[in-house]
Amino acid sequence: MGDDLFEIGGERLGSRLFTGTGKYGDDAVIPDVCAASGSEVITVALRRVDFQAATGNVMEHIPKTMRLLPNTSGARTADEAVRIARLAKAMGCGNWIKIEVIADNNHLLPDGYATVRATGILAAEGFVVLPYVNADLYVARDLVSAGAAAVMPLGAPIGTNRGLQTKEMIRILIEEIDLPIIVDAGLGRPSHACEAMEMGADGVLVNTAIATAADPVSMARAFGEAVRAGRRGFLAGHGAQRLKADASSPLTGFLEGDGS
Amino acid sequence: MMQVIINGKPEEVSTGVTLLELIETRILDPSRVVAELNREIVPGDRFANTVLSEGDRLELLQFVGGG
Repeated sequence: MGDDLFEIGGERLGSRLFTGTGKYGDDAVIPDVCAASGSEVITVALRRVDFQAATGNVMEHIPKTMRLLPNTSGARTADEAVRIARLAKAMGCGNWIKIEVIADNNHLLPDGYATVRATGILAAEGFVVLPYVNADLYVARDLVSAGAAAVMPLGAPIGTNRGLQTKEMIRILIEEIDLPIIVDAGLGRPSHACEAMEMGADGVLVNTAIATAADPVSMARAFGEAVRAGRRGFLAGHGAQRLKADASSPLTGFLEGDGS
Repeated sequence: MMQVIINGKPEEVSTGVTLLELIETRILDPSRVVAELNREIVPGDRFANTVLSEGDRLELLQFVGGG
């Protein structure tokens, strides 16, 4: 694992787990979540300042060592995503951006066409673009052409904690797409993240499952361990599956039964 | 006084107020805010010499928790 390189946008990362900052009961737990998970990349969203609600700023709780990955949540079109991305970059926290274009409030499924368009515009401007998309081969190929730095297919709809519902399609992306595949959304348990990594995903992004756990810090540690275990399992190469039993102990040299 | 639109709401502000003054009177940390004036992004180092005018549309945004 020591030389198991994981690079995004020319930057070497030590952890294949990306985390988020949404849904925490108390943002003050975020530093401990970061430390426990081992994560080096964390997402934030951009919103209008609410002058009525004098809330604390989430940035106070994000360790300075974390690489910030702002998302374009709230964008319903490619142009809105581009606008949000440029504003996020103006914050001075780097040029990484997670493209999220969602025009369906029921299922929160990403619009692949708009995402490809926004990716092309922003990659040409020098952004490191990580698009959040359905696990769709054609969209993923278009993202490669558009200059994406990774492809982030959903495991299940956002916030559902239902695991790898799109497993077969993600498997195809892992096989066919020559970019890091980071499974983003829907992973609810450490085993889900482990499963994605065992399949050969390059990373996972987990927010809800950690933030809404009874003990977010402990859950963050569990996800960190699961991601490392899954990756190690993938690199180790799985034994073949068989339909029929195949004894793992010798079938010779048994003790004779009494009186037989 | 003059009227400007801040985050979609009409607001009365002092005539000739700068973006930096406006941000600081609202007890915001200028380094944690991004500003878009009439759809143009204003870089942080230009807050101090950006003077607001009657009818300006200003968006002030910040990072919040998200996934």
